[in-house]
Amino acid sequence: MDFISILSIFVMACFVGYYVVWSVTPALHTPLMAVTNAISSVIIVGALVASAAGALGGSATSKWLGLVAVALASVNIFGGFAVTARMLAMYKKKDRPAAK
Amino acid sequence: MHEAVAVNPWAMLPYLVSGICFILALRGLSSPASSRNGNRFGMAGMALAIVTTLITHAPGSSQRVCPIAADCWTVFTVDWISAIEIAGAIIIGGGIGIVTARRIAMTAMPQLVAAFHSLVGLAAVLVAIAAYLNPQAFGILQPDGRDIFQSSRIEMGLGIAIGAITFSGSVIAFLKLNGTMGGKPIMLPGRHIINLATIAAILILVGLFHLDTPGLFWAIAILSFAIGFLLIIPIGGADMPVVVSMLNSYSGWAAAAMGFTLHNSAMIITGALVGSSGAILSYIMCRAMNRSFISVIAGGFGGDSGGAAGGEAKEQRPWKRGSAEDAAFLMSQAEQVIIVPGYGMAVAQAQHALREMGDVLKAQGVTVKYAIHPVAGRMPGHMNVLLAEANVPYDEVFELEDINSEFAQTDVAFIIGANDVVNPAAKTDKSSPIYGMPVFDVNKAKTVLFIKRSMGGVGYAGVDNDVFYQDNTMMLLADAKKMVEEIVKAMAH
Repeated sequence: MDFISILSIFVMACFVGYYVVWSVTPALHTPLMAVTNAISSVIIVGALVASAAGALGGSATSKWLGLVAVALASVNIFGGFAVTARMLAMYKKKDRPAAK
Repeated sequence: MHEAVAVNPWAMLPYLVSGICFILALRGLSSPASSRNGNRFGMAGMALAIVTTLITHAPGSSQRVCPIAADCWTVFTVDWISAIEIAGAIIIGGGIGIVTARRIAMTAMPQLVAAFHSLVGLAAVLVAIAAYLNPQAFGILQPDGRDIFQSSRIEMGLGIAIGAITFSGSVIAFLKLNGTMGGKPIMLPGRHIINLATIAAILILVGLFHLDTPGLFWAIAILSFAIGFLLIIPIGGADMPVVVSMLNSYSGWAAAAMGFTLHNSAMIITGALVGSSGAILSYIMCRAMNRSFISVIAGGFGGDSGGAAGGEAKEQRPWKRGSAEDAAFLMSQAEQVIIVPGYGMAVAQAQHALREMGDVLKAQGVTVKYAIHPVAGRMPGHMNVLLAEANVPYDEVFELEDINSEFAQTDVAFIIGANDVVNPAAKTDKSSPIYGMPVFDVNKAKTVLFIKRSMGGVGYAGVDNDVFYQDNTMMLLADAKKMVEEIVKAMAH
């Protein structure tokens, strides 16, 4: 992809992000932060490329840095989605009266 | 040597799909009912991105073999050691992540999010360094194989700078939120000049990064770590919600910058989403405190509670003290009670007792509503999570704009652990530091019950509150949790 097509994706995604995030209900702003945290760990893609490249005879340092980054991003991905799921499971409607 | 592993054109497609999944994940958060499905979309998108990368960049080497001259094919040998190492890294990281996510207390959510931000930042830095050391693997080497594309260099420079700022900034934010480091702003002399100079230096270095000067890359990294640290230390505890949102935004931009380097649409889309999300949250937080983003960044506002209280001698004004029995009686007689919880409620862990009180009142036919200020708690939406954890149904919880007009028709406003967000000075007193901040009109309610530890303490902003001295206000001086429990007991009689 050339720079201009990447830039177009980026700019469009910023607009999508703007409208999508304004539609998030304020009650869910903490889960929003937790889930954005998890998805920003998509940077693991870069980390995987670096770790896998070790076999190609590339730099060994690069490979180990990649592996550490894979581990860090995994903490975030698994932790982020799990904690979001845990929070979202708590939001309940009034359907079950607690004290009757 | 092998040819540079360029991104397979077909791999673009799954990355795009995973980008769309992430958009749907955020879209789901528009209501609690659709949010759980949204989260599943997020997980699916992430799984897709990871699997795609593992397939297109499988650890191993491909070789063109031609046993018979006319018949050639590619043989791919998997490098199992690398594969196991990668799997190990994912399992170790994922294990730590899941255990932390299960164990963490909901009150500690701001620290956790700050800690997670720091990991994204650090991962971005490591990936940028890895790409710098092994550009061939990332397909960012010029065709002659001698140098990294100039545009890629600038993107990488930005990636490492934003990543490093996110990392060191989040570490400081974590330490402050966790209480390891005092919430008081730390003011260095001449910090504005130091900060601006450092930022200018980073930008210049990123601009110069196309020159192949060794050391430039590391200089950017070190300066960026420093600026992240310098930017956050002067910011006080009360402004932390803005800081956490801002770092959320940075972690997104870091991912986007690396997406530009790797020409990866999933990373770019995600980066843009997360970046705008954090920016919007910072804006909402600033608006809710009536402070400009610049003044928050400049720092120095709001230390630990009561820090700013000393000095000015206030004239003694009369106020009424109530007991748990009085409060129980007033609320049982009411038609509608609006509860205004603040961070003090979370500190006292009173949310479960509070919900119990709400249940008793509802059983007696009283309408109970919760009013949440955007800056209640230590991060956006924090109070909503705490109430949800205590099993408060989300349709009883209201935002500032939706409920503020109802106080005039409300019998009892029950304020627990909040102070600045109910201070009428924000509307009337132009000299007040919180002037202009949107507040709850609790003074319009027939009766105000105000739980507070003591009369001495003031809110984060360090201002006195006229609501204390109103004729219709009853102060309940005690630990929030104990007081609510006593009220519940008194109601049972």
